[in-house]
Amino acid sequence: METTTTTFELDKTFPGIVMADTRSGYEGYLIPSDQLLKVCADLKNKHGYDLLSSVTGVDYLSEGKMEVVYHAFKSSGGPALVFKCQIERVDPMEMPSVTSIWPGADFQEREIWDLYGIKFTGHPDLRRILMWEGFEGHPMRKDWKEAFYEEEKKPLKSRWPQGNHKYAETKTPYGDNVRFDAGFDPEKWVPTDPEEALYTALKKFKTEVKDGIQTDHIIVNMGPQHPSTHGVFRAVALLNGEEILSLKPVLGYLHRNHEKIGERNTYIQNIPYTDRLDYFNSMYNAWAYSLAVEKLLGLEVPERAEYIRVIMGELSRIQNHLILFGMLWNDLGAYFTPALYAFEERELILDIFESVSGSRMMCNYHRFGGVVRDVNPMNMQKIKDLAFDRLPRKVEEFDKLLSENEIFVSRMKGVGYLSPEDAIGYSVTGPTLRAAGIPYDIRRVNPYGIYDRFDFDIPVRHNSDLLDRYLVRVEEIRQSIRILQQALNTIPEGPIITGKPSYQIKVPAGEAYGRIEHPKGELGFYVVSDGSANPYRYHIRTPSFVNITSLEKMCVGTKIADFVTILGMIDIVLGELDR
Amino acid sequence: MMENELNLPEFNIPEELDGKVAITNLDRLYNFGRRSSLWPMMFGLACCAIEMIAAQAGRYDMARFGMEVMRPSPRQADVMIVAGTVTKKMVPAIVRLYNQMAEPKYVVAMGACASGGGPFKEGYNVVAGIDKFLPVDVYIPGCPPTPQALVKGMIRLQEKIDQQSISKVRWYKKGADSVEIAIPFLGPDLIDPRRIQDIKEAANELATVNTAEEGAA
Repeated sequence: METTTTTFELDKTFPGIVMADTRSGYEGYLIPSDQLLKVCADLKNKHGYDLLSSVTGVDYLSEGKMEVVYHAFKSSGGPALVFKCQIERVDPMEMPSVTSIWPGADFQEREIWDLYGIKFTGHPDLRRILMWEGFEGHPMRKDWKEAFYEEEKKPLKSRWPQGNHKYAETKTPYGDNVRFDAGFDPEKWVPTDPEEALYTALKKFKTEVKDGIQTDHIIVNMGPQHPSTHGVFRAVALLNGEEILSLKPVLGYLHRNHEKIGERNTYIQNIPYTDRLDYFNSMYNAWAYSLAVEKLLGLEVPERAEYIRVIMGELSRIQNHLILFGMLWNDLGAYFTPALYAFEERELILDIFESVSGSRMMCNYHRFGGVVRDVNPMNMQKIKDLAFDRLPRKVEEFDKLLSENEIFVSRMKGVGYLSPEDAIGYSVTGPTLRAAGIPYDIRRVNPYGIYDRFDFDIPVRHNSDLLDRYLVRVEEIRQSIRILQQALNTIPEGPIITGKPSYQIKVPAGEAYGRIEHPKGELGFYVVSDGSANPYRYHIRTPSFVNITSLEKMCVGTKIADFVTILGMIDIVLGELDR
Repeated sequence: MMENELNLPEFNIPEELDGKVAITNLDRLYNFGRRSSLWPMMFGLACCAIEMIAAQAGRYDMARFGMEVMRPSPRQADVMIVAGTVTKKMVPAIVRLYNQMAEPKYVVAMGACASGGGPFKEGYNVVAGIDKFLPVDVYIPGCPPTPQALVKGMIRLQEKIDQQSISKVRWYKKGADSVEIAIPFLGPDLIDPRRIQDIKEAANELATVNTAEEGAA
């Protein structure tokens, strides 16, 4: 199991400034907000913590404190350095922004501003990110209550044990999932343009006169309903002819409030929700959440369960990449033919998922300390047929048919360049980072589960363009098949879960961060427990959300038609982008 | 196409003309054409959209029912499959898309979220079902519904179309060409223009309750 204890002692490096976090169950260090930038600059420049993975807020309402938690890593590998910055919980709350040191904190700080209302001074573009400008309140604060609020924690007394459920609509004054201040008058309300801040964030619109011809720069909106944005993603681009001058992603069209709901839920109720984050990889998402909670519980996972997790996870990775290729070719204009081939393989993998878990897409398969159902010999045989026979053949077929297609190569080669320094700076993880020449794969640099037992390579390429990102993924499928074959050959018999399965567990107080190498990058769950049956803080650090920070950098200077491919190769899924 | 599907049952076609001639009425012909070429809008919101794509792909092959032509533009689409969670931020765009569709138009709520909010109903950014804004023709349960369920739901829609009569449908009546829904807008929270009066009254009532409570305290 992964440990995040660090040998590097921050409090001894900065004596008198940095304090160790001594709360029981907590780790890391506390940095006063006026020293934060100085310490962070040293951490990055002198001590090598160049990859800031996760930034998130925690609202300690009863202590009157607001805390921002940072998880920094070295791109060469190793455990996390956790540090925190606390401020008084009195509006207006202000903290220095670390975007000048780690540009990857950009969207995550905007998210904290949106959901917690902490202003980051020095942030280049601090706007709301998930909710719209003008939305009343900062919804993740512990004292903010949604319209359908019933009780602080589940199970709700109205449903259990009495079971007298009424429609939530009948319990709210407005008869709907909306809340307005008392005395609010919609007729007198003056609308503010929620888009205004967005357009001012783009580079200034200007008119040029060149050789007697007047040229205007135009703004193009793509999405939220657009066939090539892979869901309800929206981007606003400022164009000079066809060239992108500036581009801002607009998120939140699928913001489903995973975190707010997750903090009302009991621990185990959150597992089905993790399935709906990245809905292609429901078999992989819950692993990170289980890791975090298992760390808090101190649970060991039985051998067989570890193997099953690896097998299901790698199958999931294979179908994720195959679908990505299919969709990529859709975006490039080869409409649906490669996608049909991809879906053929995906259906076979989904058959296995359905057979072992009961559902095609939302598998709900992981539990704390294992998995919920065993894989019977019939399914094991099906997986073996796939891993030893069909998939290796099909991957070669894909590779042979697609990878050297001339149109494909000319659309992909040299497009969407991201330098290795920028990739690390923007906290990019996953295949995009490995295509920039950084061999950073959590399965290897900070192993979890039993990945340290398998023999596999980390595919790395060095041109950092779209073609390399594609080829890295092709190679990753091959490596996944290798892992699958080894796991299938050595899987032992035995129990699949530690202890008795229970629907409600009490988790000791403390905090934990569980992270895995998800097919799209680093997926992390930051869980804070106050000792009760519900998580006090439940934060999801998703690869799509953090990787999208680098979108503008990759797009500026390319043609608008390439934007679609660049976006496609970041491999976003809206469910985890907006959460 | 089923043979003799167009025929009215009460007429017998001579054997030598079987499959070549059909005796039918206008409604049957009209509905037969419409329901055999339902073009869905290419429009996915969340997880359900993936199952919608799977239904289009090889194994389930919605093309068998004439539903394979996904149109990215609402102007060319017949049916809007609302596939996924409807959020407050997204709903103005969905209603606008619906308004842009030409009549006859249908709405299918695919999955628990689109039908009633699903597992995310209590979320502060979630609209508890698209039927709060659009007239839904078919609800498909499931989270997400399997492709089979989607196909079944679309067949239900075809059955509904079969029941319609050209002399009674709303889009040939006098008046506006198409149903327009007032587009909601984003204020301090989502505001439905059709419910402005209700919101005002409820907010006033809250204010009086609050002042009464303050007075009591």
